[in-house]
Amino acid sequence: MISELLFFMEVLVAGLLAGTMYSLVALGFVLIYKASSTFNFAQGAMVFFAVLTFVGFMELGMPFVIAFIVTCLLMVVVGLSTERFVLRPLMNQSEDTLLMATIGLGYVLEGLAQAVWGVEVRRLDLGIGDFPIPWIADNLKLFISALDLTAGIVSAIMILGLTLLFKYTKIGLGLRAVADDPGAASSVGIPLKHIMLLVWSAAGVVALVAGCMWGARAGVQFALVDLALKALPVLIIGGFSSIPGAIVGGLIIGASEKILEVYIGPFFGGGIEGWAPYVLAIFFLLYRPEGLFGEKIIRRV
Amino acid sequence: MKPIFMTYTKNDIKNFVVLMTLGFIIIPNFISSEYWFTSILIPWLCLALATIGQQIVMGYTGQLALGAAGFMAAGAFACFNLVLRVPGIPFFGALIVSGLIAAALGILFGLPSLRVRGIYLMVATLASQFFIIWMIDKFGWFKNYDSSGIITAQDIVIFGKSFTSPIAMYMVILVVVTFLTLLAMNMARGSTGRNWMAVRDMDIAAESMGVSLLKTKLQAFAISAFYCGVAGALLAFCYLKSLEPVAFDIKLSFKVLFMCILGGLGTINGAFIGAAFILLFPVLLNAVGNNVFHGAIDATIISSVEQIVFGVLMIVFMIYEPLGMAKLWENIKQKISSKISKK
Amino acid sequence: MTDDRKFSIGDPILEVKNISLSFGGVKAITDTSFNVLEHEIRAIIGPNGAGKSSMLNCINGIYKPQEGTVIYKNEVLEKITPNLIAQKGISRTFQNLALFKRMSVLDNILVGRKLHTKSNFLEVAFQLPKAKKEEEMNTAKCEEIVKFLEIEEIKNTPVGKLPYGLQKKVELGRALATEPTVLLLDEPMAGMNVEEKREMCRFILKVNDEIGTTIVLIEHDMGVVMDISDRVVVLDYGKIIGDGPPDEIRANQTVIDAYLGVAHD
Repeated sequence: MISELLFFMEVLVAGLLAGTMYSLVALGFVLIYKASSTFNFAQGAMVFFAVLTFVGFMELGMPFVIAFIVTCLLMVVVGLSTERFVLRPLMNQSEDTLLMATIGLGYVLEGLAQAVWGVEVRRLDLGIGDFPIPWIADNLKLFISALDLTAGIVSAIMILGLTLLFKYTKIGLGLRAVADDPGAASSVGIPLKHIMLLVWSAAGVVALVAGCMWGARAGVQFALVDLALKALPVLIIGGFSSIPGAIVGGLIIGASEKILEVYIGPFFGGGIEGWAPYVLAIFFLLYRPEGLFGEKIIRRV
Repeated sequence: MKPIFMTYTKNDIKNFVVLMTLGFIIIPNFISSEYWFTSILIPWLCLALATIGQQIVMGYTGQLALGAAGFMAAGAFACFNLVLRVPGIPFFGALIVSGLIAAALGILFGLPSLRVRGIYLMVATLASQFFIIWMIDKFGWFKNYDSSGIITAQDIVIFGKSFTSPIAMYMVILVVVTFLTLLAMNMARGSTGRNWMAVRDMDIAAESMGVSLLKTKLQAFAISAFYCGVAGALLAFCYLKSLEPVAFDIKLSFKVLFMCILGGLGTINGAFIGAAFILLFPVLLNAVGNNVFHGAIDATIISSVEQIVFGVLMIVFMIYEPLGMAKLWENIKQKISSKISKK
Repeated sequence: MTDDRKFSIGDPILEVKNISLSFGGVKAITDTSFNVLEHEIRAIIGPNGAGKSSMLNCINGIYKPQEGTVIYKNEVLEKITPNLIAQKGISRTFQNLALFKRMSVLDNILVGRKLHTKSNFLEVAFQLPKAKKEEEMNTAKCEEIVKFLEIEEIKNTPVGKLPYGLQKKVELGRALATEPTVLLLDEPMAGMNVEEKREMCRFILKVNDEIGTTIVLIEHDMGVVMDISDRVVVLDYGKIIGDGPPDEIRANQTVIDAYLGVAHD
């Protein structure tokens, strides 16, 4: 009985921590959605592009920290170009049009990343192993991966930081104003372009961090782009515009994915984690479309 | 312009005759290279048919659906199983039933559209994509319990005659695609299409005029899935030959999406134009890579360039011509005809 | 207003009883009741934000009031959705225009014929005689409406390209195409100049006179209201502050105060 409970705890904790990895990816989406009510389909590509560039720079001989900083700067450039060439021309278009444009953006980033750095899978060594922490294994009899734990801590820090930023700083207030009504915000002097640039660059840095975590676990490869698709159920459950929602949604998806896979999966021959999060998301969609923490959508006629 | 026959104007009939002559007479008799049939015409027609499906649900009815490949897979495997297990079933009959099966799935996975829209709906339709492929993969019955994992589509047999050569398969596909395209045009131009577009443009007003959102949306999903199902079956039997669920992955759904959008949302010829572009551009790139750079360029670079170009085009079209290549084509035709009339 | 009408004003055909509507904490309509008599032109007036559009939205099912009932032809309507209301014979226009922007004028009006289109998608796909005949008949009917509203020149233009005034006309045409028993018009003349307003009045009167359509009209222009309406109901802050013939309303002090912004409880 105890061993079953311990096993469940392991599965649960592994799921929760895997969930924080999803949260990191989802966070990028939330940042952009919060500022522009746009779903950035290119976020997955940004994760891929960022970490691949980072690893690429290191391969070229740059030290870890320099490569990280240079990649961050590069993501700022990506943010700048996106704001100038994609967002500004489409300022007043429908959200569907913007969505399509971000799909296009994703393709461009994917293509660029592959053209410049090639298609081989790369290893990313963060100095943190993906194996159980001895201390916890010995004392709590739980096998929890060090990498997972690190990811959890990093996510927590980022999410806490960003939540505070949004709630209590002037920038955060400006961001919320822009998201609500860009026209009104700019008419009271809030610099739209700067805000957009800030948000997209932040999303780029978040993408880099997320990419590093995932890259360390699974290798830096093209499959990272599909991560974006995994983040979607997280966003639906947490709410597209909520930063705490990203972590809660991630935890729920991560945990339920692992639990469903281990306990229910065998009845179906396994592999249900491909679609189970989506079905969960659909149920949320039907009963609470705005997610747990998102804003209710009201349509005025 | 008044319609003369069905919903077709004099111009339409002229174009139709030209296209039919080209398709049924000129091409089979003057193109001898099999490559053109197997690698270009056949996949183009199949993908254009799937794109018509995407146009119906997204271009006309405005529903952001991303599950085309899932319904294509359903159609493909349904057709395979029908031909396998129902002895003597006529091929066209199997096609229709496959389409109907896909349509039923379309209705099921279209249900979320009654509650959500935009990106939320996209997520829900993605679920259909993943689920259908998973189901086909998991339950061996669909693949006839083949342990090798590779199942081959059967030969097409109509009225006892085998249609296995590229030209023969091309003709079969041309007949089916022509027929279904005509039906789609009639629907798009008639009250059915107007109801779709009303739901797309202003659903609350449509409801207030007596349009049932439930019936119209589910109808659009069903018909769209039907077209995708038939397209998938034709693609499997005439192009892919070996049926693997992985051939109908999300990348294919995105491909169809791009064909629909670049071609021009809400047009039937946009489906053909978009499919032609997405299909031919890589061929063009390859030719340039081989002939101009003498094969010095890596294949991955070429496919990366492809991706970048598609992405850039998507952005450019969204900014400058949201109605896609079909509208561009209209503009060009107008400019030409006004230049001619000026002379 | 002449009294020798073709369709004399009859009994209440539409009634709202004790309607209360709130959004979050804001009460848009409070315990409001009034009726509309058959064949009359009933105006709803009141300052901005009084709840007039919300009232129409409650009648046609876009908003669901927290309390109250809608009674149509002496039948209490249990389930109210825009679809069902349209089927019952109540059609409408919208304050902020709700046209199908990418479709032509004629196509917009043709959508209004949905209730008179019985052919299913297969019949349309195969262009079976039933579908063809229906399409011809509906097109003819819509061409009539186009002629009536004097918009023949623009009938094939996508409505998104038209100026505001013409769009308003198209919306009226679309609502007329449903052949409604009751027509709800939400500020059909907003943003129009004197000429256009006169024209719209002419159309509305004609529809009411010759076809007998009952009209419920939200309007800001007092001149129009006095000219064409049979009875007026006045809303202010979601409550009724006047209900009667135009002359009576014009002289009602509470109504005058409301418009002049005089503070009252």
